[in-house]
Amino acid sequence: MSMDIVKTDNLVFEYIRRDDEGNPVDVTTALDHVNIDVKQGEFVGILGHNGSGKSTFAKHLNAILYPTDGTVIVNGMNTTDDDKLWDVRSSAGMVFQNPDNQIIGQVVEEDVGFGPENLGVPTKEIWSRVEESLRAVGMLEYRLKSPSRLSGGQKQRVSIAGVLAMHPKCIILDEPTAMLDPSGRKEVVRAIRGLNDVEKMTVILITHYMDEVVHADRIFVMDKGKVVMQGTPKEIFSDVPALKALRLDVPGPTRIAWELKQKGIPLPDGILTCEELVREIEKCR
Amino acid sequence: MPLILDHVCQIYNADTETPVKALDDVNLVIPEGQFIGVIGHTGSGKSTLIQHMNGLILPTSGSVYFNGRDITDKDFDKKELRKHVGLVFQYPEHQLFETDVFEDVCFGPKNMGMSKKETELAAFEALRKVSFPEDLYYASVFELSGGQKRRAAIAGVLAMKPDFLILDEPTAGLDPVGRCEILDMVSELHRSAGITIILVSHSMEDVAMYVERVIVMDKGRVAYDDVPREVFSHSEELEQMGLAIPEPAKITRELLKRGFDVDPGVLTSSEAADSIYKALTKNR
Repeated sequence: MSMDIVKTDNLVFEYIRRDDEGNPVDVTTALDHVNIDVKQGEFVGILGHNGSGKSTFAKHLNAILYPTDGTVIVNGMNTTDDDKLWDVRSSAGMVFQNPDNQIIGQVVEEDVGFGPENLGVPTKEIWSRVEESLRAVGMLEYRLKSPSRLSGGQKQRVSIAGVLAMHPKCIILDEPTAMLDPSGRKEVVRAIRGLNDVEKMTVILITHYMDEVVHADRIFVMDKGKVVMQGTPKEIFSDVPALKALRLDVPGPTRIAWELKQKGIPLPDGILTCEELVREIEKCR
Repeated sequence: MPLILDHVCQIYNADTETPVKALDDVNLVIPEGQFIGVIGHTGSGKSTLIQHMNGLILPTSGSVYFNGRDITDKDFDKKELRKHVGLVFQYPEHQLFETDVFEDVCFGPKNMGMSKKETELAAFEALRKVSFPEDLYYASVFELSGGQKRRAAIAGVLAMKPDFLILDEPTAGLDPVGRCEILDMVSELHRSAGITIILVSHSMEDVAMYVERVIVMDKGRVAYDDVPREVFSHSEELEQMGLAIPEPAKITRELLKRGFDVDPGVLTSSEAADSIYKALTKNR
Protein backbone atom coordinates (compact mmCIF):
# COMPACT_ATOMS: atom_id res chain seq x y z
CA MET A 1 0.00 0.00 0.00
CA SER A 2 1.36 3.38 -0.91
CA MET A 3 1.79 5.89 1.82
CA ASP A 4 -0.15 9.07 2.54
CA ILE A 5 1.81 12.21 1.70
CA VAL A 6 -0.89 14.37 3.17
CA LYS A 7 -3.42 13.33 5.75
CA THR A 8 -5.70 15.60 7.70
CA ASP A 9 -7.69 14.30 10.62
CA ASN A 10 -10.77 16.34 11.57
CA LEU A 11 -8.97 19.56 10.69
CA VAL A 12 -10.74 22.61 12.11
CA PHE A 13 -9.67 26.19 11.59
CA GLU A 14 -11.40 29.20 13.13
CA TYR A 15 -10.79 32.85 12.43
CA ILE A 16 -11.46 34.97 15.48
CA ARG A 17 -12.47 38.56 14.86
CA ARG A 18 -11.66 40.98 17.62
CA ASP A 19 -12.85 44.50 18.41
CA ASP A 20 -10.52 47.45 19.03
CA GLU A 21 -9.81 46.32 22.60
CA GLY A 22 -8.88 42.85 21.42
CA ASN A 23 -11.99 41.12 22.74
CA PRO A 24 -13.26 38.38 20.48
CA VAL A 25 -16.51 39.39 18.76
CA ASP A 26 -17.07 36.73 16.20
CA VAL A 27 -15.77 33.30 15.23
CA THR A 28 -15.76 32.10 11.62
CA THR A 29 -15.20 28.41 11.05
CA ALA A 30 -13.19 28.34 7.84
CA LEU A 31 -12.44 24.62 7.99
CA ASP A 32 -14.91 22.31 9.64
CA HIS A 33 -13.66 18.77 10.35
CA VAL A 34 -11.88 18.25 7.06
CA ASN A 35 -10.53 14.78 6.32
CA ILE A 36 -8.47 14.66 3.16
CA ASP A 37 -5.78 12.14 2.38
CA VAL A 38 -3.48 12.19 -0.60
CA LYS A 39 -1.37 9.19 -1.58
CA GLN A 40 2.07 9.29 -3.13
CA GLY A 41 1.88 9.88 -6.87
CA GLU A 42 -1.79 10.91 -6.84
CA PHE A 43 -3.31 13.83 -8.73
CA VAL A 44 -5.96 15.31 -6.49
CA GLY A 45 -8.25 18.17 -7.48
CA ILE A 46 -9.92 20.41 -4.92
CA LEU A 47 -12.94 22.38 -6.12
CA GLY A 48 -15.06 24.92 -4.33
CA HIS A 49 -16.43 28.40 -4.88
CA ASN A 50 -14.74 31.57 -3.62
CA GLY A 51 -14.73 31.46 0.15
CA SER A 52 -15.35 27.71 0.46
CA GLY A 53 -12.15 27.13 2.41
CA LYS A 54 -9.91 25.74 -0.37
CA SER A 55 -7.08 28.19 0.12
CA THR A 56 -7.27 28.03 3.90
CA PHE A 57 -6.88 24.29 3.54
CA ALA A 58 -3.87 24.69 1.26
CA LYS A 59 -2.17 27.00 3.74
CA HIS A 60 -2.35 24.26 6.36
CA LEU A 61 -0.36 21.88 4.23
CA ASN A 62 2.87 23.78 4.57
CA ALA A 63 2.36 25.28 7.97
CA ILE A 64 1.44 28.82 6.94
CA LEU A 65 -1.62 28.24 9.13
CA TYR A 66 -1.97 25.83 12.04
CA PRO A 67 -5.13 23.90 12.95
CA THR A 68 -7.40 25.19 15.69
CA ASP A 69 -8.29 21.54 16.22
CA GLY A 70 -7.42 18.23 14.56
CA THR A 71 -4.13 17.40 12.88
CA VAL A 72 -2.35 17.81 9.58
CA ILE A 73 0.29 15.23 8.77
CA VAL A 74 2.59 15.96 5.83
CA ASN A 75 5.07 13.27 4.81
CA GLY A 76 4.72 11.70 8.24
CA MET A 77 5.29 14.96 10.16
CA ASN A 78 2.78 16.90 12.22
CA THR A 79 2.76 20.49 10.91
CA THR A 80 2.56 21.89 14.45
CA ASP A 81 5.90 20.30 15.30
CA ASP A 82 8.17 23.38 15.35
CA ASP A 83 11.33 21.32 14.94
CA LYS A 84 10.00 19.99 11.65
CA LEU A 85 8.80 23.31 10.20
CA TRP A 86 11.40 23.48 7.43
CA ASP A 87 11.07 19.80 6.65
CA VAL A 88 7.32 20.25 6.29
CA ARG A 89 7.78 23.24 4.03
CA SER A 90 10.31 21.52 1.83
CA SER A 91 8.01 18.48 1.57
CA ALA A 92 4.95 20.43 0.48
CA GLY A 93 5.78 23.04 -2.15
CA MET A 94 3.22 25.76 -2.85
CA VAL A 95 2.44 27.64 -6.05
CA PHE A 96 0.09 30.61 -5.77
CA GLN A 97 -2.29 32.48 -8.04
CA ASN A 98 -0.27 35.50 -9.02
CA PRO A 99 3.01 34.72 -10.79
CA ASP A 100 4.26 38.26 -10.25
CA ASN A 101 4.20 37.79 -6.49
CA GLN A 102 6.42 34.74 -6.42
CA ILE A 103 9.21 35.47 -8.87
CA ILE A 104 12.13 37.35 -7.38
CA GLY A 105 15.17 36.55 -9.53
CA GLN A 106 16.47 38.81 -12.29
CA VAL A 107 17.19 35.77 -14.44
CA VAL A 108 15.00 32.68 -14.73
CA GLU A 109 17.66 30.19 -13.57
CA GLU A 110 18.57 32.38 -10.63
CA ASP A 111 14.94 32.47 -9.54
CA VAL A 112 14.61 28.71 -9.73
CA GLY A 113 17.88 28.26 -7.81
CA PHE A 114 16.76 30.51 -4.96
CA GLY A 115 14.79 27.82 -3.14
CA PRO A 116 17.46 25.08 -3.04
CA GLU A 117 20.12 27.68 -2.25
CA ASN A 118 18.09 28.72 0.79
CA LEU A 119 17.86 25.09 1.84
CA GLY A 120 21.65 24.94 1.85
CA VAL A 121 21.99 22.66 -1.16
CA PRO A 122 25.61 22.59 -2.50
CA THR A 123 26.16 24.87 -5.51
CA LYS A 124 26.87 22.11 -7.98
CA GLU A 125 23.69 20.31 -7.08
CA ILE A 126 21.70 23.55 -7.26
CA TRP A 127 22.60 23.86 -10.92
CA SER A 128 21.62 20.32 -11.74
CA ARG A 129 18.30 20.81 -9.90
CA VAL A 130 17.66 24.05 -11.75
CA GLU A 131 18.23 22.31 -15.04
CA GLU A 132 16.04 19.29 -14.31
CA SER A 133 13.23 21.47 -12.92
CA LEU A 134 13.18 23.84 -15.87
CA ARG A 135 13.22 20.87 -18.21
CA ALA A 136 10.28 19.27 -16.39
CA VAL A 137 8.07 22.33 -17.07
CA GLY A 138 9.41 22.90 -20.59
CA MET A 139 11.19 26.15 -19.74
CA LEU A 140 14.84 25.12 -20.08
CA GLU A 141 15.42 27.25 -23.16
CA TYR A 142 14.37 30.34 -21.18
CA ARG A 143 16.90 29.81 -18.38
CA LEU A 144 18.90 32.93 -19.16
CA LYS A 145 15.92 35.18 -19.86
CA SER A 146 14.58 37.86 -17.57
CA PRO A 147 11.29 36.79 -15.92
CA SER A 148 9.80 40.19 -16.74
CA ARG A 149 9.94 39.26 -20.43
CA LEU A 150 7.86 36.12 -19.97
CA SER A 151 4.14 35.59 -20.51
CA GLY A 152 1.89 34.78 -17.55
CA GLY A 153 1.85 31.08 -18.38
CA GLN A 154 5.63 30.99 -18.68
CA LYS A 155 6.06 32.82 -15.38
CA GLN A 156 3.78 30.32 -13.66
CA ARG A 157 5.84 27.46 -15.10
CA VAL A 158 8.98 29.12 -13.70
CA SER A 159 7.24 29.36 -10.30
CA ILE A 160 6.48 25.65 -10.51
CA ALA A 161 10.11 24.89 -11.44
CA GLY A 162 11.21 26.93 -8.43
CA VAL A 163 9.16 24.68 -6.17
CA LEU A 164 10.31 21.50 -7.93
CA ALA A 165 13.95 22.46 -7.40
CA MET A 166 13.39 22.10 -3.67
CA HIS A 167 12.57 18.42 -4.30
CA PRO A 168 9.23 18.42 -2.49
CA LYS A 169 7.20 15.28 -1.90
CA CYS A 170 4.13 16.98 -3.25
CA ILE A 171 3.23 20.20 -4.95
CA ILE A 172 0.14 22.23 -4.06
CA LEU A 173 -1.15 24.70 -6.61
CA ASP A 174 -3.68 27.25 -5.40
CA GLU A 175 -5.59 28.49 -8.45
CA PRO A 176 -2.41 28.70 -10.53
CA THR A 177 -4.29 29.61 -13.72
CA ALA A 178 -6.81 32.12 -12.39
CA MET A 179 -4.90 35.08 -13.81
CA LEU A 180 -3.92 33.51 -17.12
CA ASP A 181 -5.43 33.64 -20.60
CA PRO A 182 -6.65 30.44 -22.31
CA SER A 183 -3.32 29.57 -23.90
CA GLY A 184 -1.43 30.30 -20.68
CA ARG A 185 -3.88 28.11 -18.79
CA LYS A 186 -3.42 25.33 -21.29
CA GLU A 187 0.39 25.35 -21.03
CA VAL A 188 0.37 25.41 -17.22
CA VAL A 189 -2.17 22.59 -16.99
CA ARG A 190 -0.13 20.58 -19.48
CA ALA A 191 3.01 21.15 -17.36
CA ILE A 192 1.18 20.07 -14.19
CA ARG A 193 -0.15 16.91 -15.83
CA GLY A 194 3.34 16.15 -17.13
CA LEU A 195 4.77 16.42 -13.62
CA ASN A 196 2.28 13.89 -12.38
CA ASP A 197 2.44 11.52 -15.37
CA VAL A 198 6.15 11.61 -16.10
CA GLU A 199 7.84 12.70 -12.87
CA LYS A 200 5.30 10.88 -10.68
CA MET A 201 5.01 14.01 -8.55
CA THR A 202 2.08 14.10 -6.15
CA VAL A 203 -0.13 17.02 -7.20
CA ILE A 204 -2.88 18.86 -5.34
CA LEU A 205 -4.57 21.28 -7.71
CA ILE A 206 -7.00 23.80 -6.28
CA THR A 207 -9.10 25.46 -8.95
CA HIS A 208 -12.52 26.51 -10.05
CA TYR A 209 -11.95 25.66 -13.66
CA MET A 210 -13.71 22.31 -13.90
CA ASP A 211 -11.93 21.21 -17.07
CA GLU A 212 -8.54 21.33 -15.32
CA VAL A 213 -9.35 18.40 -13.06
CA VAL A 214 -11.04 15.98 -15.48
CA HIS A 215 -7.84 13.91 -15.52
CA ALA A 216 -7.37 13.93 -11.74
CA ASP A 217 -7.38 10.64 -9.85
CA ARG A 218 -9.74 12.01 -7.23
CA ILE A 219 -11.64 15.23 -6.59
CA PHE A 220 -12.71 16.76 -3.30
CA VAL A 221 -15.42 19.42 -3.40
CA MET A 222 -15.49 21.93 -0.56
CA ASP A 223 -18.31 24.15 0.66
CA LYS A 224 -18.50 26.24 3.82
CA GLY A 225 -15.27 24.70 5.08
CA LYS A 226 -16.47 21.12 4.71
CA VAL A 227 -15.70 18.40 2.21
CA VAL A 228 -19.13 17.85 0.66
CA MET A 229 -18.32 15.54 -2.24
CA GLN A 230 -15.42 13.25 -3.06
CA GLY A 231 -14.78 10.77 -5.80
CA THR A 232 -13.39 10.28 -9.29
CA PRO A 233 -14.05 13.02 -11.86
CA LYS A 234 -16.69 10.78 -13.46
CA GLU A 235 -18.49 10.37 -10.16
CA ILE A 236 -18.29 14.03 -9.23
CA PHE A 237 -19.33 15.47 -12.57
CA SER A 238 -22.26 13.06 -12.94
CA ASP A 239 -24.21 15.10 -10.43
CA VAL A 240 -24.78 18.34 -12.33
CA PRO A 241 -27.57 19.74 -10.07
CA ALA A 242 -25.48 19.12 -6.91
CA LEU A 243 -22.52 21.03 -8.34
CA LYS A 244 -24.74 23.88 -9.49
CA ALA A 245 -26.13 24.13 -5.96
CA LEU A 246 -22.53 24.45 -4.73
CA ARG A 247 -21.95 27.44 -7.05
CA LEU A 248 -19.83 25.25 -9.28
CA ASP A 249 -20.14 24.13 -12.82
CA VAL A 250 -19.29 21.05 -14.84
CA PRO A 251 -16.94 20.83 -17.85
CA GLY A 252 -18.59 22.07 -21.09
CA PRO A 253 -18.99 18.63 -22.73
CA THR A 254 -20.48 17.26 -19.49
CA ARG A 255 -23.07 20.04 -19.50
CA ILE A 256 -24.11 19.36 -23.09
CA ALA A 257 -24.34 15.62 -22.40
CA TRP A 258 -26.46 16.31 -19.34
CA GLU A 259 -28.84 18.54 -21.29
CA LEU A 260 -29.17 15.90 -24.00
CA LYS A 261 -29.92 13.30 -21.36
CA GLN A 262 -32.65 15.52 -19.94
CA LYS A 263 -34.19 15.52 -23.41
CA GLY A 264 -34.18 11.73 -23.43
CA ILE A 265 -31.02 10.90 -25.37
CA PRO A 266 -29.52 7.80 -23.72
CA LEU A 267 -26.01 9.01 -22.89
CA PRO A 268 -23.95 7.61 -20.00
CA ASP A 269 -23.25 9.74 -16.91
CA GLY A 270 -19.98 11.53 -16.36
CA ILE A 271 -18.85 12.34 -19.91
CA LEU A 272 -15.87 14.63 -19.41
CA THR A 273 -14.21 15.48 -22.72
CA CYS A 274 -15.21 16.55 -26.23
CA GLU A 275 -13.83 13.29 -27.68
CA GLU A 276 -15.92 11.18 -25.30
CA LEU A 277 -19.06 13.15 -26.06
CA VAL A 278 -18.63 12.89 -29.83
CA ARG A 279 -17.99 9.14 -29.50
CA GLU A 280 -21.09 8.57 -27.37
CA ILE A 281 -23.29 10.65 -29.67
CA GLU A 282 -22.13 8.56 -32.63
CA LYS A 283 -23.38 5.48 -30.79
CA CYS A 284 -26.84 7.08 -30.58
CA ARG A 285 -27.13 7.61 -34.30
CA MET B 1 -22.31 60.65 -29.49
CA PRO B 2 -20.24 57.77 -30.70
CA LEU B 3 -16.64 57.08 -29.82
CA ILE B 4 -14.50 56.90 -32.94
CA LEU B 5 -10.96 55.60 -33.34
CA ASP B 6 -9.51 56.80 -36.62
CA HIS B 7 -6.26 55.21 -37.88
CA VAL B 8 -4.97 54.89 -34.34
CA CYS B 9 -1.38 53.71 -33.95
CA GLN B 10 0.48 53.29 -30.70
CA ILE B 11 4.18 52.61 -30.79
CA TYR B 12 6.04 51.96 -27.53
CA ASN B 13 9.79 52.52 -27.39
CA ALA B 14 9.60 54.35 -30.73
CA ASP B 15 13.03 55.91 -30.36
CA THR B 16 14.83 52.67 -29.54
CA GLU B 17 16.05 49.81 -31.65
CA THR B 18 13.14 47.64 -30.61
CA PRO B 19 9.95 49.63 -31.17
CA VAL B 20 6.73 47.79 -30.31
CA LYS B 21 3.61 48.44 -32.36
CA ALA B 22 0.96 47.96 -29.71
CA LEU B 23 -1.81 49.31 -31.95
CA ASP B 24 -1.52 49.27 -35.69
CA ASP B 25 -3.98 51.31 -37.72
CA VAL B 26 -7.08 50.67 -35.64
CA ASN B 27 -10.37 52.01 -36.97
CA LEU B 28 -13.49 51.56 -34.86
CA VAL B 29 -16.83 53.25 -34.39
CA ILE B 30 -18.50 52.58 -31.05
CA PRO B 31 -22.06 53.90 -31.21
CA GLU B 32 -24.04 54.44 -28.05
CA GLY B 33 -26.08 51.56 -26.74
CA GLN B 34 -24.06 48.60 -27.97
CA PHE B 35 -22.81 45.66 -25.91
CA ILE B 36 -19.40 44.84 -27.32
CA GLY B 37 -16.88 42.14 -26.49
CA VAL B 38 -13.18 42.70 -27.11
CA ILE B 39 -11.14 39.52 -27.21
CA GLY B 40 -7.52 38.79 -27.92
CA HIS B 41 -4.51 36.88 -26.70
CA THR B 42 -2.36 38.46 -23.98
CA GLY B 43 -0.29 41.11 -25.73
CA SER B 44 -2.75 41.50 -28.60
CA GLY B 45 -3.37 45.15 -27.76
CA LYS B 46 -6.71 44.83 -25.93
CA SER B 47 -5.67 46.76 -22.87
CA THR B 48 -3.83 49.41 -24.86
CA LEU B 49 -6.94 49.79 -27.00
CA ILE B 50 -9.31 50.48 -24.15
CA GLN B 51 -6.94 52.94 -22.54
CA HIS B 52 -7.19 55.00 -25.72
CA MET B 53 -10.94 55.12 -25.31
CA ASN B 54 -10.85 57.35 -22.27
CA GLY B 55 -7.68 59.22 -23.01
CA LEU B 56 -5.35 57.48 -20.56
CA ILE B 57 -3.02 56.90 -23.49
CA LEU B 58 -2.93 59.18 -26.51
CA PRO B 59 -2.22 57.69 -29.92
CA THR B 60 1.24 58.00 -31.47
CA SER B 61 -0.60 58.80 -34.68
CA GLY B 62 -4.26 58.90 -35.68
CA SER B 63 -7.13 60.37 -33.70
CA VAL B 64 -9.80 59.47 -31.17
CA TYR B 65 -13.05 61.42 -31.50
CA PHE B 66 -15.62 61.77 -28.78
CA ASN B 67 -18.74 63.81 -29.21
CA GLY B 68 -17.35 65.16 -32.47
CA ARG B 69 -14.15 66.44 -30.89
CA ASP B 70 -10.61 65.17 -31.20
CA ILE B 71 -9.45 64.13 -27.75
CA THR B 72 -5.84 64.69 -28.73
CA ASP B 73 -6.46 68.45 -29.13
CA LYS B 74 -4.51 70.42 -26.55
CA ASP B 75 -7.60 72.24 -25.27
CA PHE B 76 -9.73 69.10 -25.03
CA ASP B 77 -10.97 68.52 -21.50
CA LYS B 78 -10.01 64.93 -20.70
CA LYS B 79 -11.73 65.09 -17.35
CA GLU B 80 -14.98 65.66 -19.23
CA LEU B 81 -14.25 62.61 -21.40
CA ARG B 82 -13.66 60.42 -18.35
CA LYS B 83 -17.03 61.42 -16.94
CA HIS B 84 -18.61 59.86 -20.00
CA VAL B 85 -16.29 56.91 -20.49
CA GLY B 86 -15.78 54.86 -17.33
CA LEU B 87 -12.99 52.33 -17.18
CA VAL B 88 -12.96 49.43 -14.72
CA PHE B 89 -9.50 47.88 -14.60
CA GLN B 90 -8.62 44.24 -14.03
CA TYR B 91 -8.90 43.27 -10.37
CA PRO B 92 -10.52 46.63 -9.57
CA GLU B 93 -10.96 45.57 -5.96
CA HIS B 94 -7.24 46.23 -5.46
CA GLN B 95 -8.08 49.88 -5.85
CA LEU B 96 -10.64 50.06 -3.07
CA PHE B 97 -9.07 52.20 -0.38
CA GLU B 98 -11.66 54.08 1.66
CA THR B 99 -12.77 53.03 5.13
CA ASP B 100 -16.11 51.64 4.01
CA VAL B 101 -17.87 50.66 0.82
CA PHE B 102 -20.10 53.72 0.62
CA GLU B 103 -17.19 56.16 1.08
CA ASP B 104 -15.28 54.36 -1.62
CA VAL B 105 -18.13 54.58 -4.11
CA CYS B 106 -18.51 58.30 -3.30
CA PHE B 107 -14.90 59.04 -4.15
CA GLY B 108 -15.36 59.33 -7.93
CA PRO B 109 -18.39 61.62 -8.04
CA LYS B 110 -16.99 63.74 -5.19
CA ASN B 111 -13.78 64.19 -7.12
CA MET B 112 -15.76 65.24 -10.18
CA GLY B 113 -17.16 68.13 -8.17
CA MET B 114 -20.67 66.86 -7.46
CA SER B 115 -22.29 68.29 -4.34
CA LYS B 116 -22.44 66.14 -1.22
CA LYS B 117 -26.07 65.33 -1.83
CA GLU B 118 -25.61 64.52 -5.52
CA THR B 119 -22.62 62.37 -4.65
CA GLU B 120 -24.52 60.35 -2.11
CA LEU B 121 -27.51 59.87 -4.39
CA ALA B 122 -25.20 58.76 -7.19
CA ALA B 123 -23.45 56.31 -4.85
CA PHE B 124 -26.73 54.79 -3.66
CA GLU B 125 -27.97 54.46 -7.21
CA ALA B 126 -24.72 52.81 -8.35
CA LEU B 127 -24.70 50.33 -5.46
CA ARG B 128 -28.31 49.45 -6.24
CA LYS B 129 -27.50 48.97 -9.92
CA VAL B 130 -24.79 46.43 -9.11
CA SER B 131 -27.17 44.66 -6.68
CA PHE B 132 -24.81 45.24 -3.79
CA PRO B 133 -26.25 43.83 -0.52
CA GLU B 134 -27.78 46.73 1.42
CA ASP B 135 -26.59 45.55 4.83
CA LEU B 136 -23.00 45.86 3.65
CA TYR B 137 -23.08 49.48 2.39
CA TYR B 138 -21.13 50.62 5.43
CA ALA B 139 -19.01 47.52 5.85
CA SER B 140 -15.23 47.67 5.64
CA VAL B 141 -14.00 46.58 2.23
CA PHE B 142 -11.92 43.93 4.01
CA GLU B 143 -15.08 42.12 5.11
CA LEU B 144 -16.35 41.53 1.59
CA SER B 145 -16.12 38.43 -0.59
CA GLY B 146 -14.28 38.58 -3.91
CA GLY B 147 -17.49 39.05 -5.89
CA GLN B 148 -18.78 41.74 -3.52
CA LYS B 149 -15.51 43.68 -3.71
CA ARG B 150 -15.69 43.61 -7.46
CA ARG B 151 -19.27 44.90 -7.43
CA ALA B 152 -18.25 47.69 -5.08
CA ALA B 153 -15.41 48.65 -7.41
CA ILE B 154 -17.69 48.67 -10.44
CA ALA B 155 -20.20 50.78 -8.50
CA GLY B 156 -17.40 53.30 -7.88
CA VAL B 157 -17.12 53.87 -11.62
CA LEU B 158 -20.88 53.74 -12.23
CA ALA B 159 -21.41 56.46 -9.64
CA MET B 160 -19.76 58.87 -12.08
CA LYS B 161 -22.69 58.10 -14.41
CA PRO B 162 -20.74 57.17 -17.52
CA ASP B 163 -22.43 56.61 -20.89
CA PHE B 164 -19.72 54.13 -21.86
CA LEU B 165 -18.54 51.51 -19.42
CA ILE B 166 -15.38 49.59 -20.24
CA LEU B 167 -14.62 46.52 -18.14
CA ASP B 168 -11.24 44.78 -18.37
CA GLU B 169 -11.66 41.09 -17.50
CA PRO B 170 -14.40 41.68 -14.93
CA THR B 171 -14.75 37.98 -14.13
CA ALA B 172 -11.07 37.09 -13.63
CA GLY B 173 -10.52 34.96 -10.53
CA LEU B 174 -14.22 34.51 -9.71
CA ASP B 175 -15.91 31.13 -9.33
CA PRO B 176 -18.37 29.97 -12.03
CA VAL B 177 -21.48 31.37 -10.35
CA GLY B 178 -19.65 34.60 -9.48
CA ARG B 179 -18.73 34.96 -13.15
CA CYS B 180 -22.35 34.53 -14.24
CA GLU B 181 -23.58 36.98 -11.61
CA ILE B 182 -21.19 39.72 -12.70
CA LEU B 183 -21.98 39.21 -16.39
CA ASP B 184 -25.73 39.14 -15.74
CA MET B 185 -25.35 42.35 -13.77
CA VAL B 186 -23.40 44.01 -16.59
CA SER B 187 -25.95 42.79 -19.10
CA GLU B 188 -28.72 44.29 -16.98
CA LEU B 189 -26.88 47.64 -16.87
CA HIS B 190 -26.85 47.59 -20.64
CA ARG B 191 -30.49 46.57 -20.94
CA SER B 192 -32.14 48.78 -18.37
CA ALA B 193 -29.81 51.75 -18.07
CA GLY B 194 -28.86 51.79 -21.74
CA ILE B 195 -25.16 52.07 -20.95
CA THR B 196 -22.78 51.16 -23.77
CA ILE B 197 -20.71 48.23 -22.54
CA ILE B 198 -17.27 47.27 -23.77
CA LEU B 199 -16.30 43.97 -22.19
CA VAL B 200 -12.69 42.85 -22.48
CA SER B 201 -12.36 39.14 -21.93
CA HIS B 202 -10.42 36.11 -22.90
CA SER B 203 -13.30 33.83 -22.11
CA MET B 204 -14.93 33.08 -25.44
CA GLU B 205 -17.92 31.50 -23.71
CA ASP B 206 -18.63 34.69 -21.77
CA VAL B 207 -18.38 36.87 -24.81
CA ALA B 208 -20.43 34.54 -26.99
CA MET B 209 -23.30 34.42 -24.55
CA TYR B 210 -23.73 38.09 -23.84
CA VAL B 211 -22.51 40.51 -26.48
CA GLU B 212 -23.96 41.63 -29.79
CA ARG B 213 -20.65 42.54 -31.40
CA VAL B 214 -17.18 41.02 -31.07
CA ILE B 215 -13.94 42.82 -31.81
CA VAL B 216 -10.97 40.46 -32.07
CA MET B 217 -7.55 42.01 -31.57
CA ASP B 218 -4.43 40.33 -32.90
CA LYS B 219 -0.93 41.82 -32.93
CA GLY B 220 -2.31 45.31 -32.41
CA ARG B 221 -4.76 45.13 -35.30
CA VAL B 222 -8.50 44.57 -35.48
CA ALA B 223 -8.69 41.04 -36.91
CA TYR B 224 -12.48 40.69 -36.81
CA ASP B 225 -15.33 43.03 -35.97
CA ASP B 226 -18.72 41.38 -36.37
CA VAL B 227 -21.59 39.55 -34.66
CA PRO B 228 -20.39 36.63 -32.47
CA ARG B 229 -21.69 33.89 -34.74
CA GLU B 230 -19.82 35.34 -37.73
CA VAL B 231 -16.58 35.86 -35.78
CA PHE B 232 -16.58 32.38 -34.26
CA SER B 233 -17.06 30.82 -37.69
CA HIS B 234 -13.35 31.57 -38.27
CA SER B 235 -12.30 28.83 -35.88
CA GLU B 236 -8.96 28.00 -37.48
CA GLU B 237 -7.84 31.61 -37.75
CA LEU B 238 -8.87 32.23 -34.13
CA GLU B 239 -6.90 29.24 -32.98
CA GLN B 240 -3.85 30.57 -34.76
CA MET B 241 -4.26 33.78 -32.78
CA GLY B 242 -4.13 31.75 -29.58
CA LEU B 243 -7.89 32.01 -29.09
CA ALA B 244 -10.29 29.13 -28.82
CA ILE B 245 -13.81 29.06 -30.17
CA PRO B 246 -16.50 28.32 -27.57
CA GLU B 247 -16.48 24.65 -26.63
CA PRO B 248 -20.09 23.96 -27.72
CA ALA B 249 -19.19 25.03 -31.26
CA LYS B 250 -16.09 22.85 -31.17
CA ILE B 251 -18.28 19.84 -30.48
CA THR B 252 -20.92 20.56 -33.14
CA ARG B 253 -18.18 21.18 -35.69
CA GLU B 254 -16.67 17.79 -34.94
CA LEU B 255 -20.11 16.17 -35.28
CA LEU B 256 -20.73 18.00 -38.54
CA LYS B 257 -17.51 16.48 -39.91
CA ARG B 258 -18.88 13.07 -39.00
CA GLY B 259 -22.04 13.62 -40.99
CA PHE B 260 -24.44 14.91 -38.34
CA ASP B 261 -26.79 17.65 -39.47
CA VAL B 262 -25.90 20.10 -36.68
CA ASP B 263 -25.32 23.85 -36.50
CA PRO B 264 -21.58 24.64 -36.36
CA GLY B 265 -22.32 28.16 -35.17
CA VAL B 266 -23.83 27.39 -31.77
CA LEU B 267 -22.67 29.67 -28.96
CA THR B 268 -23.93 28.05 -25.76
CA SER B 269 -24.30 24.55 -24.29
CA SER B 270 -28.08 24.78 -24.58
CA GLU B 271 -27.90 25.72 -28.25
CA ALA B 272 -25.51 22.83 -28.86
CA ALA B 273 -27.77 20.38 -27.00
CA ASP B 274 -30.80 21.60 -28.98
CA SER B 275 -29.01 21.28 -32.28
CA ILE B 276 -27.64 17.79 -31.51
CA TYR B 277 -31.04 16.69 -30.24
CA LYS B 278 -32.70 17.79 -33.48
CA ALA B 279 -30.09 16.01 -35.56
CA LEU B 280 -30.47 12.79 -33.56
CA THR B 281 -34.28 12.71 -33.60
CA LYS B 282 -34.89 14.01 -37.11
CA ASN B 283 -35.23 10.68 -38.82
CA ARG B 284 -37.04 8.82 -36.12
